[in-house]
Amino acid sequence: MNLLYTDVEDQLRASVRDLLTDRAQPAAVIARCETDEPYDLALWRELTGLGAGALHVPEELGGQGASLREVAVVMEELGRFVAPVPFLGCAVLATTALLGCKPGEEIRELLGALGNGSAIATLAVSLATAPGGTVPDAIRADSGLSGRVRSVADAQAADVLIVPAQGPDGLELHAVSVAQDGVTIEPVTSLDLTRPVADITLDGATSTQLAGPDVAESAVDGALWTAAALLASEQVGVAEWCLTTTVAYLKERHQFGRPVGSFQALKHRLADLWQELVLARATARNAADDPGELSASIAQSFCSTFAVHAAEEAVQLHGGIGMTWEHPAHLYLKRAKADSIALGTAGRHRQLLAPHANLLA
Amino acid sequence: MNETELRTLTREFLAKNDHTTMDRVAFLRARFDAGLAWVHFPTGLGGLDLPREQQSIVDDELGDAPDNDPRRIGIGLGMAAPTILAFGTDEQKQRYLRPLWTGEEVWCQLFSEPGAGSDLAAAGTRAVRDGDDWLLTGQKVWTSSAHTSRFAILLARHDPDLPKHAGLTYFVLDMTDPGVEVRPLRQITGEAEFNEVFMTQARVPDANRLGAVGEGWKVAQTTLMNERVAIGSRPAPRDGGMSGVVAQTWRDNEENHTPELHDRVLDLWTQSEALRLAGIRLRQQLAVGSPGPEGSAMKLAFARLAQELTGLEVELLGEDGLRYDDWTLRRPDKVDFTGRGPGYRYLRAKGNSIEGGTSEVLRNIIAERVLGLPAEPRTDTKVAWKDLPR
Repeated sequence: MNLLYTDVEDQLRASVRDLLTDRAQPAAVIARCETDEPYDLALWRELTGLGAGALHVPEELGGQGASLREVAVVMEELGRFVAPVPFLGCAVLATTALLGCKPGEEIRELLGALGNGSAIATLAVSLATAPGGTVPDAIRADSGLSGRVRSVADAQAADVLIVPAQGPDGLELHAVSVAQDGVTIEPVTSLDLTRPVADITLDGATSTQLAGPDVAESAVDGALWTAAALLASEQVGVAEWCLTTTVAYLKERHQFGRPVGSFQALKHRLADLWQELVLARATARNAADDPGELSASIAQSFCSTFAVHAAEEAVQLHGGIGMTWEHPAHLYLKRAKADSIALGTAGRHRQLLAPHANLLA
Repeated sequence: MNETELRTLTREFLAKNDHTTMDRVAFLRARFDAGLAWVHFPTGLGGLDLPREQQSIVDDELGDAPDNDPRRIGIGLGMAAPTILAFGTDEQKQRYLRPLWTGEEVWCQLFSEPGAGSDLAAAGTRAVRDGDDWLLTGQKVWTSSAHTSRFAILLARHDPDLPKHAGLTYFVLDMTDPGVEVRPLRQITGEAEFNEVFMTQARVPDANRLGAVGEGWKVAQTTLMNERVAIGSRPAPRDGGMSGVVAQTWRDNEENHTPELHDRVLDLWTQSEALRLAGIRLRQQLAVGSPGPEGSAMKLAFARLAQELTGLEVELLGEDGLRYDDWTLRRPDKVDFTGRGPGYRYLRAKGNSIEGGTSEVLRNIIAERVLGLPAEPRTDTKVAWKDLPR
């Protein structure tokens, strides 16, 4: 078990952070989120150029052959910048689902395209789907795919949808190109401005079947578990930005003739956040280092609540400026709150871990 | 010395000293003299000048050989010894460290006073020079194991005309001196795990001073730093410690289960697991030589979780939660937070956020030293101690 960051991980973090410092400054991120192009696809291409699009894809499938530990480090940095790129949908959910299937020709081609940035995919399930339950089967496979899925992350940026669909013999997994009449992707006004969700409607869409009932269910559930585990690292990144930014502001902001950060009523709240960060980081590293249901649920239960707490404190402790559209704190509050619903709430994950802890209702 | 050499050394020691036939104290003295007591201490003082982590290799080889019952002598091991090592003279180190480590001489710590708790630098116990000696007069409080102790480390005021921090000197006090009186201090649990210590012209030779006259605050910082390390960094196994106790209470009391209690028990179990993982991470940082400030977070989280867990446990018990095991005044010679009944655990845990630095003071320390936030303006650090309002 290694809960620290390795030198290689620190180097990866540094190169991602350099790029994001250059390209994802808060003012630019805020400006983008009300345009027709909420995703920064040029930035995404640069990230895939660094290899970030296929980190945990084995080398024989054209990837970097890294582990989830490295993916987690990228998630932390993307969270720290609330960077508007389709990493969760494409590099985590879709890619992990593909890795859960038998690697046929279509899968190899898709993984290659996703990894080098020439195509973007997402897994066509609601972002609110928790792992460990029934895999959503709102789509039917019967002379084309038909059905509707709401609130899908990164669908708006996708060229390809990885779709779990109910076939005659059980769940199947299909690849669906969005460039066809049978596919409608409808952006919805989203709580999270930097990772908007969209509704997908399929009406007799043509598709390529990637997996049948023997592996489709485990491929999708496995992707949900992996994404839940990694989301904890994003939550750590979001929360760490909130804490660092608030500490810096409270050192500068003066009221009553002194820095407001010298008042115990405020500094104690920041000390509590830092204490939670110490614990959260340990759970997130553990979930990346030792992937499994228990480690993922512990990390989600802790980090979901923590990130919301950190973002809410950031808004409150910034006072009036924290309530403005101009200040980026709201981007983090919206991300943290959306993340607390994404891939299972904290309470859902506690229920999921109850049997592992031998604490049954 | 590498791991193999240290293992060999320990095996050779065991071959020469058979603990199954030897007297326990004689065995412990031999272990000290072999440098296997605390390997990070200097050679000749129970150690081998090795990194602290290598102690686990020795402990592993020693297996079930008798130890020095660290819980009974925790103050000596965790606070007095590192302070003596850092500030003691050669004579003091030779005199005190061996019987301290073997447990032949128990130590206590005389810092807190009724008027100096969180504000320890305000301590008012007077030290007056008398020839080659000092005469100590004053009252200390919250002293664990004072009634079993041979020696105390103590902070006293040699000059009330100096500002609070500058007027302090640090001593080793012989608890058998006729000027020392120890009285039990009964706590909300019913027992008296702590004491009040009254000193009336208790005599301390100047040779028993640790550090220079006026250096008491600096010496005390070393003691307190080690206390926080001692309290904060020993994580229990998964489902161990207080969360393991409460989890078992949940399993054993099915008739009281409700959805609300279920979520609380799962939430606290999860948070305890987070704390345990953070403890593992902290020790991994220490092992690669980059200790962080995370230990203070551990203490803060530990205290809060212990209180929430024990509070929940009493509720889980339903009508049995209305009972208490025993209010009799007892004087235990060691403390076990998870020992005795749930009512005791609940009440004892209230002390976790007070002892060893209150959670409020700890938050100030984190905010100022870790996060770099400015200190509160202070009015008490530059005036003579005797002129402070009290």
